Amino acid sequence: MCETTQAVFTLNYPRIQIPFEITLWVLLASFAKIGFHVYHKITVWVPESCLLISIGLIVGGIMHSLHEKPPAVLTSNAFFLYMLPPIVLDSGYFMPTRPFFENFGTVLWFAVVGTLWNSIGIGISLFAICQIEVFGVQDITLQENFLFASIISAVEPVAVLTVFEDISVHEQLYIVVFGECLFNDAVTVVLYNLFNHVAALEVVEAGDVFLDIGRFFVVGLGGTIFGALFGFVTAFTTRFTGKVREIEPLIIFLYSYLAYLIAELFAISSIMAIVICALTMKYYVEENVSQRSCTTIRHVIKMVGSVSETLIFFFLGVVTITTEHEWNWGYILFALLFALLWRGLGILVLTQIINPFRTIPFNFKDQFGLAYGGLRGAVSFALAFTLPDNIGRKDLFITGTIVVIIFTVFIQGITIRPLLKLMNVRKTNRNQETINDEIHKRLMEHTVAGIEDLCGQWSHYYWKDKFMKFNNRILRKILIRDNHPESSIVALYKKLELQNAMEVLDQMSGDISAAPSLISLHEERKNASKSRKKFLSSDVTNMHELLSKNMYKIRHRTVSYTNKHTLPDDITAREILMRRHTSLRRSLRAGSFHGTNAAKMSQKYFSLPMGRSLNSRFPPRRLVHADGDIESEINYSSIRHPQRVSSKAVMPLRPLNTLKEVASSVNTVDGQNEEQRGCRRSHLGSNVSRSGHLTSHLPHGSSRNCSDGDHDAWVEEPQNNSDVQHPLMRRPHWLPQKPHDK
Amino acid sequence: KKLNISHSQITRLYSRFHSLDKGENGALSREDFQRIPELAINPLGDRIINAFFPEGEDQVNFRGFMRTLAHFRPVEDNEKNKDLTSGEPLNSRTNKLHFAFQLYDLDRDDKISRDELLQVLRMMVGVNISDEQLGSIADRTIQEADTNGDMCISFSEFTKVLEKVDVEQKMSIRFLH
Repeated sequence: MCETTQAVFTLNYPRIQIPFEITLWVLLASFAKIGFHVYHKITVWVPESCLLISIGLIVGGIMHSLHEKPPAVLTSNAFFLYMLPPIVLDSGYFMPTRPFFENFGTVLWFAVVGTLWNSIGIGISLFAICQIEVFGVQDITLQENFLFASIISAVEPVAVLTVFEDISVHEQLYIVVFGECLFNDAVTVVLYNLFNHVAALEVVEAGDVFLDIGRFFVVGLGGTIFGALFGFVTAFTTRFTGKVREIEPLIIFLYSYLAYLIAELFAISSIMAIVICALTMKYYVEENVSQRSCTTIRHVIKMVGSVSETLIFFFLGVVTITTEHEWNWGYILFALLFALLWRGLGILVLTQIINPFRTIPFNFKDQFGLAYGGLRGAVSFALAFTLPDNIGRKDLFITGTIVVIIFTVFIQGITIRPLLKLMNVRKTNRNQETINDEIHKRLMEHTVAGIEDLCGQWSHYYWKDKFMKFNNRILRKILIRDNHPESSIVALYKKLELQNAMEVLDQMSGDISAAPSLISLHEERKNASKSRKKFLSSDVTNMHELLSKNMYKIRHRTVSYTNKHTLPDDITAREILMRRHTSLRRSLRAGSFHGTNAAKMSQKYFSLPMGRSLNSRFPPRRLVHADGDIESEINYSSIRHPQRVSSKAVMPLRPLNTLKEVASSVNTVDGQNEEQRGCRRSHLGSNVSRSGHLTSHLPHGSSRNCSDGDHDAWVEEPQNNSDVQHPLMRRPHWLPQKPHDK
Repeated sequence: KKLNISHSQITRLYSRFHSLDKGENGALSREDFQRIPELAINPLGDRIINAFFPEGEDQVNFRGFMRTLAHFRPVEDNEKNKDLTSGEPLNSRTNKLHFAFQLYDLDRDDKISRDELLQVLRMMVGVNISDEQLGSIADRTIQEADTNGDMCISFSEFTKVLEKVDVEQKMSIRFLH
């Protein structure tokens, strides 16, 4: 008889051990992240990487005292195959394309040449140090020095980007820093592999060196081409996924990962491959997939990338405590020194060389930001940890890397903000600035930003145009499915339009009866504003505060890519777009009521079809209008009022007309509304009225015919802010492909 | 031509003009401007576009385009002392201020009324400011600037109130020289 007793409760830990531990670690890292944001001021002053490392240190301490070993997560395979791809995909996918391409030369220059400069410089200086007997590190060969140097020259400027944002550094700088980070990951890995390979060789011949250099380029370019290829294949595939929306995100991920893996197979730069893949496919894919898939893709990429990076920093902390270190004062301190020195020098020299070629040269402050902001990060650590064991001084290298990382992340990361702020000290004291100053200055800043965008900063129009033509004629046809997906902005507008229509319907009766009182209200207002208000100084400070907090910053879109750890949001862009509608709408109604009452009516910010522009175009064929004198012009313009049309808005216009009749003596033409319905795209125009005859000084709306010609190019809905930067590629979509089939 | 923009810049801007001109008829219409996505989410996008089009027209040719852009040329030092009898260059401080002024003053009556100010303010400010707050900000603005009591800001008042601001630097674009 067998004596098997079946216990009631069993614990089978070994079975679940691995997934369980992984889950626990990830959960722990996530808690850490949640924890930081509880007191959000922390993240302002201390970069997230710092915090993560600290928590890692604490956990490491705990583990060490319990004599536990950290999980062997950071093996070469685990890192390169599982942890690195998400990080890189994250960077690549959320890269703002247009500024990136505009600064392509600069980015490459800093990334490639800069990293090379750093590695070689540090390598050689360290080798020189090794020769000094005092430090006792003579056994480190030149190749090994280069290897170490390449590891510690990979920068990760995430922390500095957030600081830049607050200080409103010029947008160019963000892009360069962002792009540099991305590409120098690729360069570093390539160099690392190169030097690794070289270090293993006993004898290095000149031929080998040249071969290696050639290899470097092959690897880089190969990765790029490969990535582009995969990008196009993905885009093509998504063309056919119309019926199987659920797997769309999966396809994106699979293809990207595949690109990475196959590039690894051929030993070409997998990082470049996956980045370029993400860049190329993003544009087409976001047009093909449904809105939900799009959101899913973005969320998942952000999530996985974020987790991966978090884990790496976390482990950095843990490992710092738990591994055996080999410490060598001279070597390590000098390594640190050289790392900083060479970076600073490198930036200086490189900027000098490239400044003449840039439309907007980097000034000293920019350079300082670039140099000081070179924090080392995850990639360095992982590379050090995965050094092959045949390197004699592996532990020394690991220690050195950890020291450099911790120093840069903590010291530089925390001090960069105050330093940059110091350098940017405003000359005028805030309190002495008048409200006028603040408002008009901001106006000017927006204007200049707008004009700059208008001029476009890209000088290579020839290539851009060629590419655009090619894109439009061939690529888009192949890669994009025909029906246009509904973007979030379109959906939003539809919803708001509906709301608006219903709301005005509700107000209809109320308004008519209230008509007379509106006028009297207006009179009241007029009188009120006549009396000079007294403003206390506290009022004024309040105003300053209000303004500084609420006025839109210039090119708010930079927020989207400066914060690596959050998803880009387009709330501001939406607000601005909606607002433009509102102010126009308001001005339209206002035109009929001497200006001020509209504010009461449209408290909520409804949208109108995006036609709104202060457009003075008169489509003569629409309205019969012979004479050009002022009288008729006024008639003209006020007639136009009702004609801002979205077919939905036509309804609300009716009551307005009657009200207008009360307010002014102009006969409005209802019939004109009918005409507009056929129009797919009507625009709001406004006509600057010769104000002589009209009491209102506000612009009037005038509609314009839609030109059926090119209705594909319109204002782009910013699906996410990075999309708005698209224009390299993207021909803006216009929202109301929606309604107008009425 | 008092534009004084260098030849290479003109070529560059011409190619930009050309690439914006989708209809290829040698002139830009408002749609062409509105197609620029960054302008779409610029709070003052409409007004900026409007500034390119002279009264009542809706096409702007290259000359007009350049003329407007010329306002944003940086002011070179040696120009500051230039003899003004030859007429002020377009990028003089006064003209830059005038450009900004006209962004507010849509009806071109040379006065910024409270409503015009409110409109622009509303465009520049987020959703969190209520109308009353905005109204008092506008009132305060007018109060600070208005010297003749007409509750509007005239161009000379505008100029005066901004006399401490470095308009030449703020309203300049680095690469337009």
